[in-house]
Amino acid sequence: MNQLQKLRDPKLLRSLADTVKSLKPSKQITLMEVCGTHTMAIHNAGLPGLLPPGLKLISGPGCPVCVTPSSYLDTAIAISKEHNVVLTTFGDMMRVPGRSGSLTDLRNEGHAVEVVYSSLGAAELALRQPEKEIVFLAVGFETTAPTVAATVKCAREKKVTNFSILAAHKLLIPALKALTNDPELRIDGFILPGHVSVVLGSEPYRFIAEEHQRACVITGFESADIMQGILMLVEQIEKRDYRVEIQYDRAVQPNGNPKARAYIDEVFAPEDTVWRGFGIIPQSGLVLRDEFAVFDALRRFPVTIQESPEPDGCRCGEVLRGLVEPSECSLFGSECVPESPVGPCMVSTEGSCAAFYKSSRRPTELRG
Amino acid sequence: MSDAHKREAEKITLAHGSGGRMMQRLIKEVFLEYFDSTELANLDDAAELIIDKSRLAFSTDTFVVKPIFFPGGDIGSLAVSGTVNDVLMKGGRPLYLSLALVIEEGFPMQDLTWILESIRATARRAEIDVVTGDTKVVGRGEADGIFINTTGVGVILPGVDVGGRNAKVGDAIIVSGDIGAHGIAVMAERNGLKLEGDIRSDAAPLNRAVLPLLERFGEAVHVMRDPTRGGVATALNEIAVSSAVGIVLDEAVIPVSEPVTAVCDILGLDPLYLPCEGRFLAFVDGPVADDVLSFLQDLEECSNASKIGEVKGSSSGEVQLNTVTGGKRLLDMPAGEMLPRIC
Amino acid sequence: MCLGIPMRVTKLLPPDKALVESGKVSMEVSLLLVDNVAVGDYVLVHAGFALEVMDVDAAEETLSLLNQLANVEE
Repeated sequence: MNQLQKLRDPKLLRSLADTVKSLKPSKQITLMEVCGTHTMAIHNAGLPGLLPPGLKLISGPGCPVCVTPSSYLDTAIAISKEHNVVLTTFGDMMRVPGRSGSLTDLRNEGHAVEVVYSSLGAAELALRQPEKEIVFLAVGFETTAPTVAATVKCAREKKVTNFSILAAHKLLIPALKALTNDPELRIDGFILPGHVSVVLGSEPYRFIAEEHQRACVITGFESADIMQGILMLVEQIEKRDYRVEIQYDRAVQPNGNPKARAYIDEVFAPEDTVWRGFGIIPQSGLVLRDEFAVFDALRRFPVTIQESPEPDGCRCGEVLRGLVEPSECSLFGSECVPESPVGPCMVSTEGSCAAFYKSSRRPTELRG
Repeated sequence: MSDAHKREAEKITLAHGSGGRMMQRLIKEVFLEYFDSTELANLDDAAELIIDKSRLAFSTDTFVVKPIFFPGGDIGSLAVSGTVNDVLMKGGRPLYLSLALVIEEGFPMQDLTWILESIRATARRAEIDVVTGDTKVVGRGEADGIFINTTGVGVILPGVDVGGRNAKVGDAIIVSGDIGAHGIAVMAERNGLKLEGDIRSDAAPLNRAVLPLLERFGEAVHVMRDPTRGGVATALNEIAVSSAVGIVLDEAVIPVSEPVTAVCDILGLDPLYLPCEGRFLAFVDGPVADDVLSFLQDLEECSNASKIGEVKGSSSGEVQLNTVTGGKRLLDMPAGEMLPRIC
Repeated sequence: MCLGIPMRVTKLLPPDKALVESGKVSMEVSLLLVDNVAVGDYVLVHAGFALEVMDVDAAEETLSLLNQLANVEE
């Protein structure tokens, strides 16, 4: 879109930044960006340094790498070692540490691990190499789940017999419910994830505004979008007028994408699942329905793994819930750094701790 | 367990070769222990040799790129331009190249002649001669097609003294053109992402830009570096540490072509970390920066040259990016290879 | 969450794919998750799929509103 270039115009961005900088909230406002892609965009733009006093941003649980328990990784690694499959994955998962190392380590040891851009790429690999077993690591929220559902349906139609998925998709709304039900939570407003909302629409978030009296704005991912989202949230909070607004209306319809949701419903069923740092959240994960059982890597390649407790001292769970700053974790910056991360919050470049690490070493004013 | 024993217990992994922190550690903590040369310890792109009062630049590089053929180049053209450029980055006029091939049994003769043609064409463009070589053939599965090593030597231009430790406070940092094209070309091929359009590697020898630049501005040029593995961000981090200075960049003026921006948007990549094989960074005296820029922009291959930053006295070893939005962020060394992402 | 980029549909590839373009780069995406896509439409692309047909008017309005917001402060 030429419009994309216009949205990225430096003069526009600087003026918007000035507008944000000159906000004077009447009380301390804390906003949470739910989604890991927002965390990344915010830090890449250097936005935290531009916020006025009285306005604070913290990161929430919308990072599929962060909230996937390490047992998932261990299972994938066990399947690879015991059953000689080709693991296919989004790049995001490659450096996440499981108990027995990461997928990068696994590849370095000589096992087949391929990074793919799309689940369709994994299915196409299966078609091209019928002598190999291809397992796709299906992570992500409602943005990605429909794409995997569509791929699985395609695989069934094409009668692909050497393709399966290790399902770990998660649903955002149950997590948001768990978050907002927490009485300790001090958040005044939410920067809601633009692309999950393309699928879900705006309706499912209404409980946050109506039951919990918090501001909500569904926001896009350009710096300009995020700044506009912040301005809209502050306005809601100052006026005590709590609603779910759509800033990203060029992509998000109030009704979302029903077709995409139908794909999810046809192929997956909700189940109770573990979120790192939250424990079990009811009906918050997706599992393949019985009709698609043949595509379930867990059933196809049974393995036993040991339950892995989180490393001693790791406070990812509290960080993810916005209860503590990364710097309050005793491992932060010493045992847990980007090159050798302990918990997933440091692994993912979008994770709260990795982002905080980079910006807490924020440059002091450089003198010439 | 002694350090030596600890090291023997570890294994070399792909991460050691990817150009980031682990490779740095391997070189600094393991390799450098075995060799005394101060020149080696400089860890520049090329070594400066003094032989009978002649100052020479000497560099070697091995090429293992996959895929072997990519839009805009191949392992052959890369093998020539890579080493030629390293010699140039040390201020040397490249003269001679050696060429060593390790070929896997079964490698098609057609591909080999294609690569040789590419080497010839690139050598011609670089105005160098391939004067000595070696060929080995190994069994199937032992060389992944073909590996190529080239070693180059050239004469350093009089009055020129460039090196990673020479950056000075007040220096302007100039990039010779838009960044990330090689990284995108290779990544697109590798991930089976069928991208069409203007995606070509920028791989090219830089003699036609660097030599005139040095002839004209010689002493005002303090550092030159071609941002290959790890991209501009890595190269600048290395120089900031070597020279013990701080660097500040202006994001708004870093040249990135539309196709590279588009692919970075699609795959979630940062162009500052993508390798370039036909671009160079130059640290020049502040006062002559504008003249250097005009000079480069007049050359066809550097029409997109841009002054992207400057050297400061404090925050030694750090590279700061002033973002388009008006904020600041630290540009760190990459943790490992750049990976496409969906989140 | 998730990377998504608007890309313009340049060619439909029946039964369920299309060629899309941005910044002189083209790629194939699946249209299984959207309906009524026409050449010239902009779609939001994520992980090899079109997730939604974008609302070009809304995009214009956003730009216009942002520019107003920015000017107000000058």
